[in-house]
Amino acid sequence: MHSDGQKAPLALKLAAGAGILFLHLPILLIFVYAFTTEEKSYQWPPPGFTTRWLGVAWDRPDVWSALGLSLKVASIATLIALVLGTLAAAAVSRSRFFGREAVSLLVILPIALPGIVTGIALRSAFNLAEIPFSFWTIVLGHATFCVVVVYNNAVARMRRTSGSLIEASYDLGADGFQTFRYVILPNIGTALLAGGMLAFALSFDEVIVTTFTAGQQQTLPIWMLEELVRPRQRPVTNVVAMVVVLVTLLPILAAYWLTRDGDTVAGSGK
Amino acid sequence: MSTAALSTLASARGTGGFTGALSDLFWRRPRFLLFLLLLPPLLWLGIIYLGSLFALLLQSFFSIDEFSGLIDRTFTLRTYAQLFQPANYDIILRTVVMAMLVTLASVAVAFPIAYYAARYAKGAAKAFFYVAVTLPLWSSYLVKIYAWKLILAKEGILTWGLGKLGLLPLLDAWLSLPMVGGNSLSLSATGTFIVFVYVWLPFMILPIQAAIERVPPSLMEASADLGADAGQAFRTVLLPLALPGVIAGSIFTFSLTLGDYIIPQIIGTSRLFIGQAVYAQQGTAGNVPLAAAFTVVPVVIMGIYLWAARRMGAFDAL
Repeated sequence: MHSDGQKAPLALKLAAGAGILFLHLPILLIFVYAFTTEEKSYQWPPPGFTTRWLGVAWDRPDVWSALGLSLKVASIATLIALVLGTLAAAAVSRSRFFGREAVSLLVILPIALPGIVTGIALRSAFNLAEIPFSFWTIVLGHATFCVVVVYNNAVARMRRTSGSLIEASYDLGADGFQTFRYVILPNIGTALLAGGMLAFALSFDEVIVTTFTAGQQQTLPIWMLEELVRPRQRPVTNVVAMVVVLVTLLPILAAYWLTRDGDTVAGSGK
Repeated sequence: MSTAALSTLASARGTGGFTGALSDLFWRRPRFLLFLLLLPPLLWLGIIYLGSLFALLLQSFFSIDEFSGLIDRTFTLRTYAQLFQPANYDIILRTVVMAMLVTLASVAVAFPIAYYAARYAKGAAKAFFYVAVTLPLWSSYLVKIYAWKLILAKEGILTWGLGKLGLLPLLDAWLSLPMVGGNSLSLSATGTFIVFVYVWLPFMILPIQAAIERVPPSLMEASADLGADAGQAFRTVLLPLALPGVIAGSIFTFSLTLGDYIIPQIIGTSRLFIGQAVYAQQGTAGNVPLAAAFTVVPVVIMGIYLWAARRMGAFDAL
């Protein structure tokens, strides 16, 4: 009997379905709360529905400045991560050398160790070196742990790209830069794009390391954290939470679409 | 053809000029190219990241002067000894027990999803499962915690639902228990536990799924041919082969729980976890050496864990 013909046992179907619901229902709940008329508590069921809070949140300058800072940090951190991740991936996938394993370990380490370790390590280093906290200290932290997602995507793609393509390009008279521009880049382009999007999503959402490396600046996650610890205006938080879900949804789906055949994107972990 | 001849050929046909000369150099000396490729990432990670880690480690061997509150920069193990004071030891124990429970619960919830997605879902259903697991993985961490604050609140949907089912006395009985209980679910250790399981669950599903997908279907058929029933085949063939995936997933759930300080701060009791202790020590208490010593605890625990996991072959499933 072939396994393709087998039907899943009912209990397994129910358990898997329940698990998927468990993963998604809480996020869907955010969408309902964004439109509730209740201001002071998390009352369920909502006493009524209104779109008023969308306008209130729109008019909040603190939300806009936090969003702006998050976008700026994520863009620059992603650019740095793209450069460093691609370089490391090229070195590791194209040749064997002493300490190759150590390089991949070093790239993965910032994300394998608990975020709080990375955060406090950076903070104490900034303190020791007497570097004041600024926009750039946030970027520094973010870029450090974003390298790994670009690296993972690029390495996976470079492994699948045949080395003979590059040799053929040399044989046909292209120099190293032309080969990179016309042969390597088109091959790894979508993987880099996917890695960059995930790096962007990772940075846009990061809070643990940021709490240690930010001074007075508020990124959007820091703003959310403040609201979670000391709620001031719950309806605005609800709306911001909904927008964050929608904004992060797009790059994730796009990254999945770009790398869907073959290599995995997110199994590498956060 | 000699290398020199080849490179003359390349420079004759390539762009020439400076870039041409440079790419000839890379061709003749691949080690030089490798060096240039590795230099920026190694400088960045080596100096900024490893440097910071060493700075942290160094500080854990300093101590704080209890009268002046200043940091005494002489080598001492006194700060580490403080970790074994009852108050601090409790924090470590509580965090480790929580990490273990969260890991066990994650396996229980994740396994059916991973098993179904790996063995039964085909084509579009498989893609659906993949997206259904990766979307929550990558969606905002704080939004997920916030969603649970809404769910677990006293006036929230869970209390409402249990009320409709007439199960409120059960909830009250559970909340009145010591250790796990509290004023409401969002102020109890049970709440902290649920949110940890929820937030780390995708990290457990993906490696288990990868491990199960690698088990060839013919192996299961062979065990059926040899007379094993479905349960026996599952226990004696599939489960041992899926174990590396489970261990790989547990690395994430364990490590992430050990280092988290946001979830127990927002949902849970006032009893601290390691992450919160680190945050409080370096922040309000200003005791950076003790904070540094506290961070060494999860690093050491994870070091031992990773070493054991490696011996069980878990890294192949990552």
